[in-house]
Amino acid sequence: MLGYISELIKGMAITMRHMITPPVTIQYPEIKRPVRYRFKGRHELKRYDNGLEKCIGCALCAAACPADAIFVEASENTDDVRFSPGERYASTYEINMLRCIFCGYCEDACPTEAIVLEDKYELAFYDRASAIYTKDMLIVDVPINGQQTPQVVEPGVFTKSIPIMEDPK
Amino acid sequence: MENAGAVALAALAVGGIIAFVVITGFAYSTLLERKVLARMQVRVGPNRAGYIPIPRRGKDDLRLLGGVMQPLADAVKLFMKEDFTPPYVDTWVYNIAPIITVFPAVFSLAVIPWAPLPQWLADMTPHYLAPHGYLAIAPGLNVALLFILAITSIEVYGVVLAGWSSNSKYAVLGAIRSTAQMISYELSLGLTLLIPVMIAGSLNLNDIVVSQQQNGWFIMLQPIAGILFFVGALAELQRAPFDLLEAEQELSSGYNVEYAGMRFAMFMMAEYVKMIIFSAMWAVLFLGGYAGPLVSQFPMLGAVYMILKIVAGLFLMIWIRASWPRLRYDQLMDFGWKFMLPISVLNVIVTGVMIVLAEEGVFDGMLGWFGLLGG
Ligand code: SF4
Ligand code: SF4
Repeated sequence: MLGYISELIKGMAITMRHMITPPVTIQYPEIKRPVRYRFKGRHELKRYDNGLEKCIGCALCAAACPADAIFVEASENTDDVRFSPGERYASTYEINMLRCIFCGYCEDACPTEAIVLEDKYELAFYDRASAIYTKDMLIVDVPINGQQTPQVVEPGVFTKSIPIMEDPK
Repeated sequence: MENAGAVALAALAVGGIIAFVVITGFAYSTLLERKVLARMQVRVGPNRAGYIPIPRRGKDDLRLLGGVMQPLADAVKLFMKEDFTPPYVDTWVYNIAPIITVFPAVFSLAVIPWAPLPQWLADMTPHYLAPHGYLAIAPGLNVALLFILAITSIEVYGVVLAGWSSNSKYAVLGAIRSTAQMISYELSLGLTLLIPVMIAGSLNLNDIVVSQQQNGWFIMLQPIAGILFFVGALAELQRAPFDLLEAEQELSSGYNVEYAGMRFAMFMMAEYVKMIIFSAMWAVLFLGGYAGPLVSQFPMLGAVYMILKIVAGLFLMIWIRASWPRLRYDQLMDFGWKFMLPISVLNVIVTGVMIVLAEEGVFDGMLGWFGLLGG
């Protein structure tokens, strides 16, 4: 009996001690905590330094996706209208964020490291249609020294269907 | 009674003011509960509604009094909710059950003594408050304690009817368990209430307060009764650790599952007003009521002490809720019948014997609280 009572009083002492410690709450919309290094947030489609898109429209990510969240439609590149260094590029690229489970398999499947799960996590929508992120929303801005796509390039430079990563040709 | 009209008017005014204060208090006791619970869990609690921004250089605004408007926001939200009546409910009973639950809780406010009567109020109410000399809505009710016990028992009907009329098995089971709990603990609660009555020799709450001014607070004379009353009140209110009937985490709240919007808010209101009433009763019966330093000079200070004591009682309830795990149903019944009841019965018998012996003068000249009992 006395044991019980002393335990109960000990419990109350703990809650009282917590009451006078400052709260750990972060006031979220005003103060945002940086995410961890390996955090898997919303996807981004990356670009090379010269502004070309890394994605070559191979749809391997769509094949790897366990939630069937990705839709890719590829088109041919030409030297006058060039989006990516490869043979083809993704003319349509959509991810349904309501289906995506943020597993990162798309990242692993991509041969060109075009798709990366980055640190954005504020994904809330008013309707289902706005949960579908299109290519315009996913692709990153052109780097400072790069050119906007589509680019006009000299013929015979980009000849590989899957470009070499370091120095795309 | 030639002054019946004036008395009724004055009673309406005093009752209206006190009811308004207590119902505002109900709204803010929900805020108190949320804030204190949050702080005990090292959180902040509601802090968005109605803060006062104080600009600071180089930093975000300091937010003062965050959450003061939270009860208002809650009320607006509850009023805006769809007033949904589930199909197959017994509509009439379903609609009246929240009222039956809330009405006795508010009604028992009538007899709580708030302060000694100040002179100006006595002059204003020569036939109503003045003859009794203390501030309450219904002063001079010589069976005040019985009145509270009787009135709060009516609440059980509200619970049963709510559960039954909802036409849902969960609500019925919740209602039956609530009722069983309330009835079992009412027994030892009633017996514990006898102790202050025996010592003070009156069922009038003001007489009990006055008697404590002579004898010392009854929690000093009768710590066991004080604790038993508080535990019984927790069980009667179905608060932690006796809140397994509305265990938010594992059951969906018991007899009031089928209620929404304002009707649900009425059950909540009954619960919180009852918390205030039981805190007030604890203050009156065991903590000296409105007594405190300087009350004889400034009578309205009594109301302040009363409110402070009520808030202390509420805080203790919330503190317990934050600290202790919940009882199982069989433990609850065991505790009520096999522990609380025998101790309260014994306590009544021993206290009775002590009082008789003290009156016979057995303890004359002895130190300690036995001597105090004789008065
Ligand atoms: S993270 Fe997983 S679920 Fe989401 S798009 Fe990539 S593969 Fe599909
Ligand atoms: S993101 Fe990668 S895997 Fe997906 S289509 Fe583009 S290149 Fe292929």
